[in-house]
Amino acid sequence: MEDAKKLEEFQAKIDAEIKIEPKDWMPEDYRKHLQRQISQHAHSEVIGMQPEGNWISRAPSLRAKVVLLAKIQDEAGHGQYLYSAAETLGKSRDEYIEELQSEKAKYSSIFNYPTLTWADMGAVGWLVDGAAIVNQVSLQRTSYGPYARAMVRICKEESFHQRQGYEIIAHMAQGTPEQKAMAQDALNRFWWPSIMMFGPHDSDSPNTGNATLWKIKRETNDELRQKFIDKTVGQAEIIGLTIPDPDLKWNEARGHYDFGKMDWDEFWNVVKGNGPCNKQRLEHHKKAHKEGKWVREAALTYAQKQKEKQMVA
Amino acid sequence: MSKNIKDNQGDVWEVFVQSKPGLPHKHAGSLHATDKEMALQNARDLYTRRNEGTCIWVVPLNAITSSMPEDSESFFDPSDDKAYRHPTHYIMPEGAKHI
Ligand SMILES: [Fe+2]
Ligand SMILES: [Fe+2]
Repeated sequence: MEDAKKLEEFQAKIDAEIKIEPKDWMPEDYRKHLQRQISQHAHSEVIGMQPEGNWISRAPSLRAKVVLLAKIQDEAGHGQYLYSAAETLGKSRDEYIEELQSEKAKYSSIFNYPTLTWADMGAVGWLVDGAAIVNQVSLQRTSYGPYARAMVRICKEESFHQRQGYEIIAHMAQGTPEQKAMAQDALNRFWWPSIMMFGPHDSDSPNTGNATLWKIKRETNDELRQKFIDKTVGQAEIIGLTIPDPDLKWNEARGHYDFGKMDWDEFWNVVKGNGPCNKQRLEHHKKAHKEGKWVREAALTYAQKQKEKQMVA
Repeated sequence: MSKNIKDNQGDVWEVFVQSKPGLPHKHAGSLHATDKEMALQNARDLYTRRNEGTCIWVVPLNAITSSMPEDSESFFDPSDDKAYRHPTHYIMPEGAKHI
């Protein structure tokens, strides 16, 4: 009875575009949905550092290296903002990390693909960050206050990520025939996984539930995917690269590009852990976490000793 | 005062950043740290990587007292019926200027 009234008030706030804040009453499913979505988003930012970290020591110039470092450092920051937002929902950071490491929680499947050449640094910034931006711009209007605020901050920082990637791939596309081929190959490998980053078709999306009613999700997977494709086609054309989809065609009547069928079997296979790098990504995360253990312990011990000294003084 | 030290990420701190001299410090977000120096350094690295600030405050989360949303109606209601606290409450003589 009580809950029914609270639920009504909650929905009224959502409908009036009033943000939900950590101490506000919220339905248990709303809390659970956000815990899952925000932590998954945080894990993606953190795991996403690995494919790019792979190229720091092999960046072709000092400029390229400092840019890549700054970009990856931003992603670490995005992970921090998002874990903080997720923690306001009553679960600790350690619990979220445990869920990632025990594979209870997922992260974006795109990061389970390897980065084989320098052109991949271009493709990742241009396509992977590009797709993430489309999703994150939409999430700036999500109904949970801390998540929306994290998104605003992240979107501000993301704008350079996509541009630096596009600069890399544009540069290579204008280079020697070998370099151009490398750029095209990177596009070929990253195109389909990138457009699948938006998730399954709305018609078979398992996690939607009340996400739309509760305005956690403001646009559907298919709407966001279409936005990304419409933006990106021209960017490929202008640098002389070909998007690897023979069915890609402007549809005058729809005012959008039509595009070919995505391979959802491959998508689910990678989600289930059978992508080329799933194992490596998780093992690396565990190893780094384990190797940092003594640092955390030392910091905690130091803090405690300082506190004790203060008490004595 | 001997707390068992187990592996964790330290306490939560709230971060307030002043973006320019003369402006108030504004809540930027939170972070984890084990002491105040670490909290300040982490805040700098996390929230001011692009010259967003001229000063940072860090406050342990458990030092903050907040009003509760479910009490906000009764908590804020003393100001509900005091329209005379607003300049628009007063009737000025016609033609009076600069007031
Ligand atoms: Fe990011
Ligand atoms: Fe990014």
